[in-house]
Amino acid sequence: MSRTKPISGELLALKNQIEQYAIDYGLDFFPQIFEVCDYDTINILAAQGGFPNRYPHWKFGMDYDQLSKGYKYGLQKIYEMVINTNPCYAYLLQANNWVDQKIVMAHVYGHNDFFKNNAWFGNTNRNMMDVMANHGTKIRRYMERYGADAVETFIDKVLSLENLLDINELFETSALKRSRKELVDQEKVESEDDGYLIDDRSAALKSFMRTKARTSKKDEKKDEADDNLPAERTQVSTKDVLGYLIQHAPIEEWQADILGILREEAYYFLPQRMTKIMNEGWASYWHSTIMTQKALDASEIIDFADKHAGVMHMSKQNINPYKVGIELMRDIEYRWNRGMFGKDYNECPSMKDKIEWDTKLGKGREKIFEVRKSHNDISFIDEFLTPDFCERQQLFTYKYNPRSGRFEIDTKDFNAIKQKLLSQLTNFGQPIIEVEDGNYMNRKELLLNHIHYGVDLDVNFANETLRNLFAIWRRPVNLKTKYEEKEVIFHFDGKEFRPQS
Amino acid sequence: MDHPIKRDHARFRKIVKGKIRDNLRKYVSHGSQIIPKGTDKFTVPMPSIDIPRFKFGDKSQGGMGQGQGQPGDPVDGQQDPNGQPGQGEVGEGEGNKELEVELSLEELARILGEELALPNIEPKGKKSLASVVDRYTNIGTTGPDSLRHLRRTYKQALKRQIATDSYDPENPAVIPIRRDFRYRASDTKVEMQNAAVVIYMMDVSGSMGDEQKEIVRTESFWINLWLKSQYKDIEIRYIIHDATAKEVDEHTFFRTRESGGTLISSAYSLCKEIIDKDYNPNEWNIYPFHFSDGDNWSADDTKLCLDLLDNHIFPASNVFCYGQVESRYGSGQFYKDLTAKYGATCEKLTLSKIKNKEGILDSIKDFLGKGK
Repeated sequence: MSRTKPISGELLALKNQIEQYAIDYGLDFFPQIFEVCDYDTINILAAQGGFPNRYPHWKFGMDYDQLSKGYKYGLQKIYEMVINTNPCYAYLLQANNWVDQKIVMAHVYGHNDFFKNNAWFGNTNRNMMDVMANHGTKIRRYMERYGADAVETFIDKVLSLENLLDINELFETSALKRSRKELVDQEKVESEDDGYLIDDRSAALKSFMRTKARTSKKDEKKDEADDNLPAERTQVSTKDVLGYLIQHAPIEEWQADILGILREEAYYFLPQRMTKIMNEGWASYWHSTIMTQKALDASEIIDFADKHAGVMHMSKQNINPYKVGIELMRDIEYRWNRGMFGKDYNECPSMKDKIEWDTKLGKGREKIFEVRKSHNDISFIDEFLTPDFCERQQLFTYKYNPRSGRFEIDTKDFNAIKQKLLSQLTNFGQPIIEVEDGNYMNRKELLLNHIHYGVDLDVNFANETLRNLFAIWRRPVNLKTKYEEKEVIFHFDGKEFRPQS
Repeated sequence: MDHPIKRDHARFRKIVKGKIRDNLRKYVSHGSQIIPKGTDKFTVPMPSIDIPRFKFGDKSQGGMGQGQGQPGDPVDGQQDPNGQPGQGEVGEGEGNKELEVELSLEELARILGEELALPNIEPKGKKSLASVVDRYTNIGTTGPDSLRHLRRTYKQALKRQIATDSYDPENPAVIPIRRDFRYRASDTKVEMQNAAVVIYMMDVSGSMGDEQKEIVRTESFWINLWLKSQYKDIEIRYIIHDATAKEVDEHTFFRTRESGGTLISSAYSLCKEIIDKDYNPNEWNIYPFHFSDGDNWSADDTKLCLDLLDNHIFPASNVFCYGQVESRYGSGQFYKDLTAKYGATCEKLTLSKIKNKEGILDSIKDFLGKGK
């Protein structure tokens, strides 16, 4: 049963046209495949992170429930989905009108170019479509073997820890390389018989074999290590909590495999979480450029402006990544076109000169291509956010006022805004938590450390999360953090959650 | 075949229902958490279904926004101190809206029924009426213009044009002619009809405080829910009484505060009048509910009450339910009188004492557990 179908006819012609514009502008992208589908299908795809096949889990059903309701009540509508794969798949809503389809296509080429060129995406697996499908098959098999409830319960626990990732894992560290080399060697040994070259195998197959190899390797190690287990678990410091658990938690092979699967998927989505502003900004910059300069028919201007404004709407409660992203991209382009950067410009005392500054440098386009290659949201904001920009965009921070019981605008000060924005983006918006000790108090307890940058954790959630962690670690678990200005260790021993100071 | 996500969705719904079942006592004792939506849908807030993660506490975090305004101005849409704060999580599209799930009346009633092990109600046999209902579910070739089905008509025209090769893709005009016209047509269905009426009576004398009334309100919500799931048509009548009784609408029923003495017989005789006038016991399933704190003016009046019950109300109704809400001022004497006369196990009478909000669920079980 196919719920999506490749575009044909007029849409295909449109695609070719837009693609040519994208090429002319110098965008560099993976082969692009568009498919159309109805709204129910696009809700399904969105609920599953863009992929047609995922492992079975109720959370996809929950997201689907919310999306369908949002659509039904007219609160939200998804125009398009695009996935970071090669070739790059994008889904269009069949019911979109003609201008929408144009905007969406132009927008998608922006994303595609970003996926292909941004450094943080360098190591993502572009064959994720198959990998996700394989993951689904494997987990379904585990469900048949060990019972759907047991597997689902375990997945629930693991998902609870899904945000404890180390962004450095996205790049190959020497340790990672070494372990990969070991795996490759192992695969070579295994595959000598059938005479395949490793590199000829599909990435999906390799991913499948990797988890295989890892689990068998783990088994051997476990056998040897059984006697001196406490000695092996010692002080460490890794933010890759899932990776640590695969290695050290007392879990079954199938559980380790599921951990590996969910970890792989979490890391796959990580670059997208780290580049939301840039990615949406870049794609929006290109849909607006391509539409206004090339693709737009005069009769479509109003519709385009309407849709574009909808996407760019500003909210007082939230930063709209599309809006901030596109404006910052345009600002960079403008400044580098006119040479408005560097020592001379920054130290110029005259406001008038600064505003009229123009060295006819003309490097704007070049610069933003460079930016999209090497930055993530944090470095993007850190390097290019300017006081002028904050003022023009009317950015502000707000905070809770206990006296009035409401959220109120706090300040419009540039440094405060930048600080706030950066702290929200730090560690892709998640608390930084690392494994500190796998043999805490010499009792095989697990000690996590929350690196506190001024914002407390939600204690109820921390409690629930520790419970789930306990279910995997099977020994008491501890979380070191600061709460209301005080150092505290939250302890969960399987029965009781309590703070120890 | 359905997409696998439908299975995930079904699983999600199952978990939700399980959660509601687990927390039913909580929902029942805070009746206001369940919000009726239209006639047969309910929205139930679900705070704890999402997967727990280490995350930042809300209030210390604040957020960022964009737009006009000066420091100190409230951020739009955040005025409600109990509302969910705008998270301002830039990296993530998800806010932390409280999850709300929608349940239909049947689903909610089924949960209540399963949790309390309520038997389905056996309607009084002879009170089933067969009624004929016309439903416009069919399509016909004749009918009045007001029932013309445009889409089907044009579809038919298109079919005909393609079949006769008179359709021109270059000029895709579809023109229906007389015999293409399609009309909505009715199907006749025979439906068995069980009609029921609930007559709520409540003592609003001075001793019944707001808390007692809230208990009655919550309890009647769940009783209505269950009876609605059991009967196709249900009518609800409300009577309030102190020394005199009068019939009121729902709004007044739960909000009136009277004072003065209590003559329960006044309510019972009004109840009898209503039954005599509007509800033939041979056609209707009749459920009188009486809530009071158990104070009655005099033993004479109580005697009158028992008389009314014996001779008029019991014979007419499926079951008569008396719920005594504990109150600081009430003596609870009426409950004792009823027990003394009829004993704890009487066919036609169900007694229940409701101590506080937590007791509502057990009381509902008392009332509806007999399956009548």
